[in-house]
Amino acid sequence: MTDISRDTRQNKSWYNLILHLHPRRVKADTLRFTLTFGLGGMAVLLVVIQIFTGLLLKFHYVPSPEGAYNSVLNIQNNLLFGKLAHNIHHWSAIILLWVTFLHMLRVLFTGAFRKPRQATWIFGIILLILVVLSNFTGYLLPWDQLSYWAVTVCTSLLQYIPLIGGAAKETLLGGQEVGSATLSNFFNLHTGIIPLIMIILMGHHFWRIRKAGGVIVPESAEEVKMVDTQPNLVAREFVVALVLIAFLLIISILFDAPLRERANPSFSPNPAKAPWYFMGLQELLIHFHPFFAVVVFPLTIIIGSVWLPYIKLTDNNYGIWFLSPAGRRAGKFAVMAGFIFTIVFILISEFLPDPETVLHSIPSIITTGLIPFIIVVGTILLFMRYMQRRFNINRSEYIQTILIILVISYTVLSLTGILFRGEGMKLIWPWGI
Amino acid sequence: MNQKRKIQTEKVTPEISSRRDFLARLWRILGLVALAEVAFFTVSMLRPGKKELKDSSLLFKVAGSVDDFQKNTVTPDRVNKYFLIRAEDGGFLALSIICSHLGCSVLWDDPKKQFICPCHSSAFDKMGNVINSPAPRALDYYPVIIEEGKVKIDLSQKKKRKKFDKTQVTYAI
Repeated sequence: MTDISRDTRQNKSWYNLILHLHPRRVKADTLRFTLTFGLGGMAVLLVVIQIFTGLLLKFHYVPSPEGAYNSVLNIQNNLLFGKLAHNIHHWSAIILLWVTFLHMLRVLFTGAFRKPRQATWIFGIILLILVVLSNFTGYLLPWDQLSYWAVTVCTSLLQYIPLIGGAAKETLLGGQEVGSATLSNFFNLHTGIIPLIMIILMGHHFWRIRKAGGVIVPESAEEVKMVDTQPNLVAREFVVALVLIAFLLIISILFDAPLRERANPSFSPNPAKAPWYFMGLQELLIHFHPFFAVVVFPLTIIIGSVWLPYIKLTDNNYGIWFLSPAGRRAGKFAVMAGFIFTIVFILISEFLPDPETVLHSIPSIITTGLIPFIIVVGTILLFMRYMQRRFNINRSEYIQTILIILVISYTVLSLTGILFRGEGMKLIWPWGI
Repeated sequence: MNQKRKIQTEKVTPEISSRRDFLARLWRILGLVALAEVAFFTVSMLRPGKKELKDSSLLFKVAGSVDDFQKNTVTPDRVNKYFLIRAEDGGFLALSIICSHLGCSVLWDDPKKQFICPCHSSAFDKMGNVINSPAPRALDYYPVIIEEGKVKIDLSQKKKRKKFDKTQVTYAI
């Protein structure tokens, strides 16, 4: 008898804890795994893992150019579980970036950014940017050749922003070049400022989700079936969490976080590449004038994503993947088209003579910037006109199709940069690797 | 009862609510201003402080005597990140090792007589002019002075330039 009462008491305090995050009851339809793939929950768990392993690593890490590399070696080689903590932190950071990105795609392709979820979407975008910045600031900390030159290349991109670029670069680096001030800046951003802002915004993000009535489901005439959060949702989340932790542990035991030789500011490795998530940008820079690659494209994407939830949509295409059967058909076609367009574009740009040398008298911002930009945007718009006629898509499906093309293009650009660029960033064929 | 209250609110609402709205909006704007201040405060902490004025002679790196450098040679100093060039006519030019494109360090290719950047294969001629894009401008240079037969390089001021011109070269008298 006493056993049972204790059991219920424990259950109750556990349940109370859960109620901080979840409502008492949730819509039954939202429990379907393939609606969300548990991505939001995974991101939360990974952030918790990052904070925990990060705090452990902080006991031994020394944030100075003289001490950093050796302290990482010390963590890896001399500490009990040091290597494991470092590996978990490394892989979990990469998985977190993937999970957050996929979570964003899920929200996009189920139309969950629409009213009344506009602010939830915008805070989500800010959180995604913070995850990227968190990854990027962490990238420098081992102070090896890989991290030193990746950060040098990436922060040099800032120079190409007109007017404020130079000042922005100097602020971030704490000087003219990557050095001890940079390491100190990045360390403090990585271990203090960014996590702090992230935790606050995460709380806000969750509250807004709850206020909007939880995960999005299609509109239906029938009454929505509700079920208890405990155990229906909690048990499912628990399973996802355990599987994710097991996966992370296996990866971290099998594969070590990379560490090259100590950073040498006077010799850059060949090729020097940005971190993988910025490789699409670096690839874009090979084909476009810096002003377009670093300012116009990224700014268009950011402004577009903030504007997105405020575009007026009148249909009821939400709550199912890819919005509607028409959206799905158009989407499939756009995936293939985006893939082919991007590859063709890269090849044309690679093998056509450099417009800068051919048309020497015209400024390069027009020959390698404006003209290719107009060609790319024009191709997409013409293609979209064809898509509209062929699949008879409405406005929300039209937006979705464009987003699919953008996502696929960035993926192809990244893959090209990561896999098919060798010495001197020259293109290598898939069969040449 | 209900109707009475309704009438009352109708009477009072417009004035009060507009004033309240105004004050509420004011608070919100003040909140945003405070947030912007905190952000500015934080960002300015990232920046380097004002440089202390050091004894200027300490910043001159003595590379060697004029006669140590033969004409038509390129001498790298990887620690201080410059190349000292002595042209055919005997003039000195100190070029920064850092590529003007994305900040990688360039290498001197002696057979080709070119500086090559390993990152994006930009190439520069001996005077630092771009001969292969994507580099947008010539390599930066440091002023060279020659005093009492010694070649000294002013590492405190790195100069940007579009391309090479004669005034950047220093001659021994």
